[in-house]
Amino acid sequence: MSAATATATRTAEIPVRHKKYDWGMTRTYIAAAVILIWCLAPFYWMVVTAFRDVGYTFDPTFFFTHVTWDNFATVFDERLGNHFARNLLNSVIVAGITTIVALVVGVFAAYALARLNFRFKFAVMGFILGASMFPGVALVTPLFQLFTSIGWMGTYQALIIPSISFTLPLTVYTLTSFFREMPWELEESARIDGCTQGQAFRKVILPLAAPATFTTAILAFISAWNEFLIASQLSSDATKTVTVAIASFAGSQPHVEPYTAVMAAGTIVTIPLVILVLVFQRKIVAGLTAGAVK
Amino acid sequence: MSTEVPARTQAKAASTSRHQMPGRESADRKQVTQGRWASVLLAPTLILLAVVIIYPVVNAIIMSFQKDAGLDTATGFFVQGGAAGFDNYAHWIAQQCNGVACPPGTLGSQFWGAMSTTFFFAIVTVALETVLGFWMAIIMARTFRGRSIVRAAVLVPWAIPTAVTAKLWFFIFAFEGIANKLFGQQILWTGSEWPARWAIIISDVWKTTPFMALLILAGLQLIPDEVYEAAKVDGASAWQRFTQITLPLVRPALMVAILFRMLDALRMFDLPYIMTQGGNNTTTLSILVVDQIRQGFNSAAALSTITFLVIFIVAFIFVRFLGANAVGAATSSGKK
Repeated sequence: MSAATATATRTAEIPVRHKKYDWGMTRTYIAAAVILIWCLAPFYWMVVTAFRDVGYTFDPTFFFTHVTWDNFATVFDERLGNHFARNLLNSVIVAGITTIVALVVGVFAAYALARLNFRFKFAVMGFILGASMFPGVALVTPLFQLFTSIGWMGTYQALIIPSISFTLPLTVYTLTSFFREMPWELEESARIDGCTQGQAFRKVILPLAAPATFTTAILAFISAWNEFLIASQLSSDATKTVTVAIASFAGSQPHVEPYTAVMAAGTIVTIPLVILVLVFQRKIVAGLTAGAVK
Repeated sequence: MSTEVPARTQAKAASTSRHQMPGRESADRKQVTQGRWASVLLAPTLILLAVVIIYPVVNAIIMSFQKDAGLDTATGFFVQGGAAGFDNYAHWIAQQCNGVACPPGTLGSQFWGAMSTTFFFAIVTVALETVLGFWMAIIMARTFRGRSIVRAAVLVPWAIPTAVTAKLWFFIFAFEGIANKLFGQQILWTGSEWPARWAIIISDVWKTTPFMALLILAGLQLIPDEVYEAAKVDGASAWQRFTQITLPLVRPALMVAILFRMLDALRMFDLPYIMTQGGNNTTTLSILVVDQIRQGFNSAAALSTITFLVIFIVAFIFVRFLGANAVGAATSSGKK
């Protein structure tokens, strides 16, 4: 096909495409609305229930009705045996330390995998990927016995060490793909322009790597924060994390599933994550899909 | 200056820095120093992973060949342990409890049920998530106002902890809950086998389809628009464009997404454990291991080793025969 006919076909096609475009747009908007409702309605329902009077637990009204803060009070009510403030603190400690350790250790490995040429690179990457897919139960049994015998059951390190097994591979994997995309030539340029190696690192590389590292930290923190299996088996009352606490909650009435209080607890745990995710949406999507497709 | 151009190409080929003048030998030396550097930088990660993964796994394998201390039901004596050979594996796979078939109701008798439940959940959820995720990805790949709102919204289910998801859907599927009211049903969702299974499947699909959709979307965005334009010019129908262009080109990303989700689904624990406590035939292998831990470590270790092997074999099949090249995708050079 000559260039002239190609252009002719293109130009001829534009009005046709334009007419189809509008009809397609309507369908796209309907589909987008369906996705929005499917993803957000259950979350919305949790928040509505969290603010609803316990007497109206099963009220199907879609809007905020019988609004009260009581459920949040129940969540933090120590007389009912709920120690949610403690649980939140535990989760922050476990997920926080896990994230810091994974980042500090993982950043060097990611640099090596992204920037250096060496033998067994493929094998190392395979091992790290395999580690991130490793089933948690395969760790729980031996660690349960090990921690029982050395008296670590119910300590923070008993929760942090197994959490590293999945956050560290995730961190290395995500950071590697981020680092590979970075314009490292700029470091050379800075050196040529008279920067010392330290200056080149501080003024060029660090500002470039900071967003990638921060995104990876968010992903690692969310995965550690959401962990349930290990925490449910290896924590004690003193180190119970929020996910475990939510699964076994006490309400104001005995022997009645405290739906509204659980939804309130769920809201407390989820809102910070949702805000984090919405603010850093683009970065998080980039981090989630990094490496998987490129 | 005249040597600049070949020096550059060579430097690129050897992945060395550009302003050097790499002869063959210096490139080799560079490789050696890079290798040393790499081992120094990788050491902390590899050592830490060895401590938190390899050590416990080796420990579990050793444990799985030991007898559990406890009362021997056949003799009534207290047994102290000792070498067990493959007894713990026979206990699960061949359903042998102290030389006789495990009586119904014991954990041992639940092994094959848990195995099939695990695979049932994994296959059904991943199949639904793939179809639904693909559809979502196609919508999100289009250009329309508010696209970024949709892309942000799909992250909400992903960010919610699975434990909270379980409680949330447990409430939605309560007898007086919104699901029954919305559809005018009176189903005891978590009270019998199939409703309980579907409740878990729906919760899992809600929670993890976004991840699938985003991975597929990232794959879709690598397909240049010109390919579709060309196909349109050639008169390909929408369906033909989907099967002839979209599917084959997105296949590598799709296979990696399916592999990740499959391995994740095979270790499913949180949702059934919280929603049904494994009742009504919703016990997965992970739940069975956790139930067994307090009844005998060594037997639980054998079961967790079996679970690990099953997941490993599935991963191997995916990578070897279905071409899910996760490692290749991760190690190939960046910008394309």
